Amino acid sequence: MANKQFDVVVIGGGPGGYVAAIRAAQLGLSTACIESESYADPKGEVRLGGTCLNVGCIPSKALLQSSELYEQASHSFVMHGISTSGVKMDVATMIKRKDNIVGQLTGGIKALFKKNKITLLPGHGTFVGREEERWRVDVNGEIVEASHVIVATGSTARHLPGIAVDNKVICDNVGALAFDSTPKRLGVIGAGVIGLELGSVWKRLGSEVTILEALPDFLGAADQAVAKEAWKIFTQKQGLDIQLGVKITKVETGKKGRDAQVSVEYEIGDETRTLQCDRLIVSVGRVPHTEGLGAENVGLALNPRGYIAVDHNCRTNLPNVWAVGDVVPGPMLAHKSMEEGVMVAECIAGQKGHVNLDTVPWVIYTHPEIAWVGKTEQQLKNEGIEYRIGQIPFAANGRALGQGDTTGFVKMLACARTDRVLGVHVIGNNASELIAEAVVAMEFNAASEDIARICHAHPTLSEAMHEAALAVDKRALHF
Amino acid sequence: MLIEVKVPQLSESVAEATLSAWHVKEGDAVARDQNLIDIETDKVVLELPAPSAGVIVKIIKGNGAAVVAGEVIAQLDTEAKGAVAAPAAAKLAAAPAPTAAATAMPAARKIMDEKGIAAADVQGSGRGGRILKEDVSGGTKVAPAPATVAVSPAPTLAAKPALPQPNVVSAEAIIADRPEQRVPMSRLRVRVAERLVQSQATNAILTTFNEVNMAPVMDLRKKYQERFEKEHGVKLGFMSFFVKAAVAALKKYPVINASIDGNDIVYHGYFDIGIAVGSPRGLVVPILRDADQLSLAQIEKKIAEFGAKAKEGKLSLEDLSGGTFTISNGGIFGSMLSTPIINPPQSAILGVHATKDRPVVENGQIVIRPMNYLALSYDHRIIDGREAVLGLVTMKDALEDPARLLLDV
Repeated sequence: MANKQFDVVVIGGGPGGYVAAIRAAQLGLSTACIESESYADPKGEVRLGGTCLNVGCIPSKALLQSSELYEQASHSFVMHGISTSGVKMDVATMIKRKDNIVGQLTGGIKALFKKNKITLLPGHGTFVGREEERWRVDVNGEIVEASHVIVATGSTARHLPGIAVDNKVICDNVGALAFDSTPKRLGVIGAGVIGLELGSVWKRLGSEVTILEALPDFLGAADQAVAKEAWKIFTQKQGLDIQLGVKITKVETGKKGRDAQVSVEYEIGDETRTLQCDRLIVSVGRVPHTEGLGAENVGLALNPRGYIAVDHNCRTNLPNVWAVGDVVPGPMLAHKSMEEGVMVAECIAGQKGHVNLDTVPWVIYTHPEIAWVGKTEQQLKNEGIEYRIGQIPFAANGRALGQGDTTGFVKMLACARTDRVLGVHVIGNNASELIAEAVVAMEFNAASEDIARICHAHPTLSEAMHEAALAVDKRALHF
Repeated sequence: MLIEVKVPQLSESVAEATLSAWHVKEGDAVARDQNLIDIETDKVVLELPAPSAGVIVKIIKGNGAAVVAGEVIAQLDTEAKGAVAAPAAAKLAAAPAPTAAATAMPAARKIMDEKGIAAADVQGSGRGGRILKEDVSGGTKVAPAPATVAVSPAPTLAAKPALPQPNVVSAEAIIADRPEQRVPMSRLRVRVAERLVQSQATNAILTTFNEVNMAPVMDLRKKYQERFEKEHGVKLGFMSFFVKAAVAALKKYPVINASIDGNDIVYHGYFDIGIAVGSPRGLVVPILRDADQLSLAQIEKKIAEFGAKAKEGKLSLEDLSGGTFTISNGGIFGSMLSTPIINPPQSAILGVHATKDRPVVENGQIVIRPMNYLALSYDHRIIDGREAVLGLVTMKDALEDPARLLLDV
């Protein structure tokens, strides 16, 4: 029987992969998508959506929502005159809700594949060779041929040497999203986005959380005003114990009575300390995943850090082989992967496209949320660019007051000479949504005065963006 | 049925035009007579009404394309139904229409409206050609204000490793002290520039001056202003007097009203006086046809009409074509004296200026009179000093004794 042939085969069904497949299909290309993981599917069927849908963005946001509501019911309702007592969290229900959401979304993507007539090929895709202008990819023993191949194999959690992740007691993101009960004491290695988000979830539900970070700086990639504010809120208001400049020396599991225990020995400054906890989350970053891809079979070039090397249009060194998402360099963000997926599909279809990495927003879904787009103040200083700042606290915002949470601020950086918006940083409720306005503005090369001259509804949190723009020019109206 | 949308007939002296701004796109449904596109000629911006209702199925020439009269620029399907195109943005009832409707960012719009900059005169450097604030603000350097919030490093518990910080100074910072802004000339300006230079190169231009005591006209205005306005619905200005005075001179010395064609002098038996007005797009000269037959009120009304049309960019090709003589009023801006350039193919131009109280001598006495310097630039190839000087004296006499205009003496 002849091999299946397609215009485009996508290896990997995560955000980069499935979006590329859908776009390619929309553009009239015959498309197939290879996916090997079934994650937690009860029937063991392959699931689309990748890390993001299954063990990343989506489940973590579901848990963050549940835990935040629990936190509010327990502590914040009272200011509104609502008294509560005996507020309890049934972790199993929370996890089940999360599982249902994940199931719904991954099922939804399968439905989208059907709608767009994309062939789903369950199995592991491996390059085996090239014949007559077509790439040959092995999927569980069957050869599939494609004119174009888009590699979207994503990333996996980085593990530390000497620390065996079993996803029961010592977990990476996969296990941390599926605890069966609230750990009494939770250790987290890595104060990055994932560590902070997952640490937050269980802290709210009652865990004693200690986060150990190797770097001496907290949230080094964020604007330092935001990092400083976040530090204050997480450590003082929320009681997260975050320790910086930590060097892990030994991790041991043992048993104390019936309960599993983890003991983490580490050095901090001149001291050596030990952390005893019931569960340990290892969230020290993610690494590109090319295992089993067969890159070496076809000479697909990887860079020294293991990413697939690509140009600005996501072309690899091989003709008609493209790569998108976490497996290529750049911010490991689902929306960046999706944009790249669309760009590649459009390029294959003969259109022009590009992804502007300067306007990709970053979001941390802790509470308060943190979101930013563009440059931080430190970056502008390093680059020698003269800038002006407009910063407005949510304490000056009527909507925030009404909502009962005035944490945080909006900070806008604009070029001192042209007034172009160079960076916007938000820490506070709904930062993840508010940042969209800044992204749009920057894509349109807006000046801070442009945002200041656009009407924002009242009373909304978005007014803080408006006021921050006014503040750049030292003429905030409400502060 | 598929019909062609063509560039309309332009006037004889206008061969080419530029497609300035499409107001619809492919797939839009349009109503009959809906303005499809602005077409810019050397003199004026024309609107192109849809020849019939239908759907624009193809746009053949896009914004910025150079076209000639009769050229097909789009195709319209009279039977199709498509997405309804939003009517062109700037059709506000209140005058004047915004100069920079949909093509400029908000801050840029404000600056352009304040400075009277037209969108067509600016090369937008933003997304999709949008005009950004920096395109029109001249890149004014703003001294960076001290940070409103003290930024201190995030708390560290261990010694910070000394990361090498590259100290790159951006190109922006280097040139920030001497801002420059490059703005391409609008088509109108390019053409005006060409004609002015051409006029100077071919005409033997020189200017003769005289001064006018404006008191008699001013007294007349004072006496009859209220009544005039009541009767005619328009203010009695000075321009109507200048026009009448000029016509009196042109009648007496017809060569000033003539033009050169090859080796012939063409004497015009009519008096079409151009009145120079400023518009957002630049200087335009609408024509008062048969000014000798217009009353003062009619002249004032016409001039007011031209002014309003110029502001909105609505002067028609008809309004701007022809003319046998021009009057330019630099006085409204405060000019005391100038040497106007002749408007080809005319042979002379009168410049009037600001009326200012000055000491003059009357009957051996020094008195204060509101004086206005008149300047008549003329083409010496056909107009001799005698005619020019006497022509100007005629204007002066008519202005200083308006009764002479009535009596035709």
